[in-house]
Amino acid sequence: MTIDTNAQDTATQPIIALEGLTFARGEHLIFDQIDLVIPKGKVTAVMGPSGTGKTTLLRLIGGQLKPQSGDVLVAGERVNRLKRKALYQLRRRMGVLFQNGALFTDLTVGENVAFPLREHTQLSEQLIEYIVLFKLEAVGLRAAKDRYPASLSGGMARRAALARAIALDPEILLYDEPFTGQDPISMGVLLRLIKELNQALGLSSMVITHDVDEAFSICDHLVVLAEGKVLASGSPEQLQAQKKQDPALAQFLDGLATGPLSNEEQADSMAAALGFSEALR
Amino acid sequence: MHAHRYVELIVGLFVLAGAVVLMVMALSWTNFGASRVDGYRVIAKFDNVGGLTAKAPVKMSGLTIGRVESISMDPDTFEAVVVMQIRNEYDNIPTDTFANIYTAGLLGSQYIELSPGGSFDSLTDGDQITMTQSAFILESVISRFLFDRAQD
Amino acid sequence: MNAASLYIRRIGRVVINAAVHAGAMTIFALRLIAVAWVPFTRPRDLAQQIYAAGVLSLVIILVAGGFVGLVLGLQGYTILSSFNATESLGVMVALSLVRELGPVVTALLFAGRAGSSITAEIALMKTTEQLSALEMMAVDPIRRVMAPRLLASIIAVPILAAMFSFVGILGGYFIGVVVLEVDAASYWGQIAQQMDAFDDVMAGMIKAVAFGAVIALIAVFEGHYAEPTAKGMAQATTQTVVISSLAVLALDFVLTAVMFGT
Repeated sequence: MTIDTNAQDTATQPIIALEGLTFARGEHLIFDQIDLVIPKGKVTAVMGPSGTGKTTLLRLIGGQLKPQSGDVLVAGERVNRLKRKALYQLRRRMGVLFQNGALFTDLTVGENVAFPLREHTQLSEQLIEYIVLFKLEAVGLRAAKDRYPASLSGGMARRAALARAIALDPEILLYDEPFTGQDPISMGVLLRLIKELNQALGLSSMVITHDVDEAFSICDHLVVLAEGKVLASGSPEQLQAQKKQDPALAQFLDGLATGPLSNEEQADSMAAALGFSEALR
Repeated sequence: MHAHRYVELIVGLFVLAGAVVLMVMALSWTNFGASRVDGYRVIAKFDNVGGLTAKAPVKMSGLTIGRVESISMDPDTFEAVVVMQIRNEYDNIPTDTFANIYTAGLLGSQYIELSPGGSFDSLTDGDQITMTQSAFILESVISRFLFDRAQD
Repeated sequence: MNAASLYIRRIGRVVINAAVHAGAMTIFALRLIAVAWVPFTRPRDLAQQIYAAGVLSLVIILVAGGFVGLVLGLQGYTILSSFNATESLGVMVALSLVRELGPVVTALLFAGRAGSSITAEIALMKTTEQLSALEMMAVDPIRRVMAPRLLASIIAVPILAAMFSFVGILGGYFIGVVVLEVDAASYWGQIAQQMDAFDDVMAGMIKAVAFGAVIALIAVFEGHYAEPTAKGMAQATTQTVVISSLAVLALDFVLTAVMFGT
């Protein structure tokens, strides 16, 4: 499958690229020789039906999983070939927001945000304190600095985790399903944060989600995965246009119950399952 | 961060307490260091040492005056050779002292009891106690008893 | 014919899965052991873990040790008095505790209290992706989360075992000498004569170290490979207690044979 170059300007290089990537878990083929590009400096959505392996994609990009074949390129480095030390160096340039925040439960919010700073920098405690305050201010949680994650609401926990993810001023931010289970107000806050942070900090953001409306509202570039392959890739306008020609894409984007994309594992037909012979059908 | 100080203090006390307890059990309650008694060596030969082991006490008049250092066998006479260490301060033990092997209690461990003789000469380092009485072997007494009974 | 080949293939798959699993366990264990000394570089974390595993187990250990000592004293007296050999009570209590009961009972109690706690913690951290978060922040969870718990167990269990034996011997003294009027001098004197600092006390400590390591390895492993469901976590903690208890008893036999066997 060729890379869809519509979304790329010649000036922007992809910050993340998957080339001919094949990944299977057991007998289940999750990605089948896909080529994918995440452009630099923009907010990109990676979408698809549940179970298409979006979280697996995150782990492949982060180097936690290795593909059976193909390459994962992040900022020019071949992630799947890196040795531990180089991989750890690369990871410092990435920030990850996990689905439920993944804050360390025995540390306060402030200590959580300070964690990567204490780990990877030699900054003084005073300086770290300042940076933590700045990061928390950016996500609007300065008041929660001394609270423990257990006492935070879901939305606040996610924002706190976001503050932690940007603590080291990464070049790339990966969001794993940030919109699930959010009330409309938190959703609005989060959407705005993602967009603003990307702009203000000059990041490249990759948002894994299946919330089509949210993705369309803030993303510059969208990629739709289905059944192990790239279904579509481009700007929101391009996808809208493509939708008219591609019934599978239309099914996903419009949330149709039926269509070319199967949303359950088809075994035998219902008649056969009930025990009737084929002839009766 | 005050909580950290508290935790570290408690852990420090914990480890310290553990070390102290271990020292007490290993050094004070055991026979540790007993072999480093300042003493002079005396030998005694027995036909049968019974259950006598190294580090068994050497007593006189009920007082522990030394320890058994080692037990070996004389290759010529097949007697058991017991090397005892007697504390230096007990330097006037007569040369005709008896060395007996007694048992502390019925199932207790065995020890050497010295019964002083009347000689004016004292034992010194390297001397041998010639008057010895072997350990009490229950089986021999019983078999002798049965043998005697059988003879009646 | 088809059914037979299906079964054979299934068995084959089970065996291969088990082998792969065992291999993964071994590699995991080796990696963990390889970094076992790293926590010394982060004394604060280590202290926290020793507190959680050791200090918080102290009460149960001391109470248990006291009771075991009392029982040993009582039973020992009863048995020995039928031989009229009650002066040996001290030796009986002391050696039973120092060589066997101290390390083993401590380890079993530790497995139940601290072992299950470790498993639950790690399983939770895995389920809530905290371990993944650490990895993505370029921190090795094996070094940061698991190794401190292993080292803390290796340090804590011998300390607890020593305290158990200590309190037990005092308990035996209380019952034997104070209550049942065994001669105090005999109690301590025979211990002094028969108990050896290296062969008995140190041997017990070595056992305790081994037990601590085994329990921690199993606890960490079960937590790491637990299924991310409520049932999975409950199962993992139960398995930690059961498997490490059995492992301790088996290891005890091996070590006893090596150290005290003829």
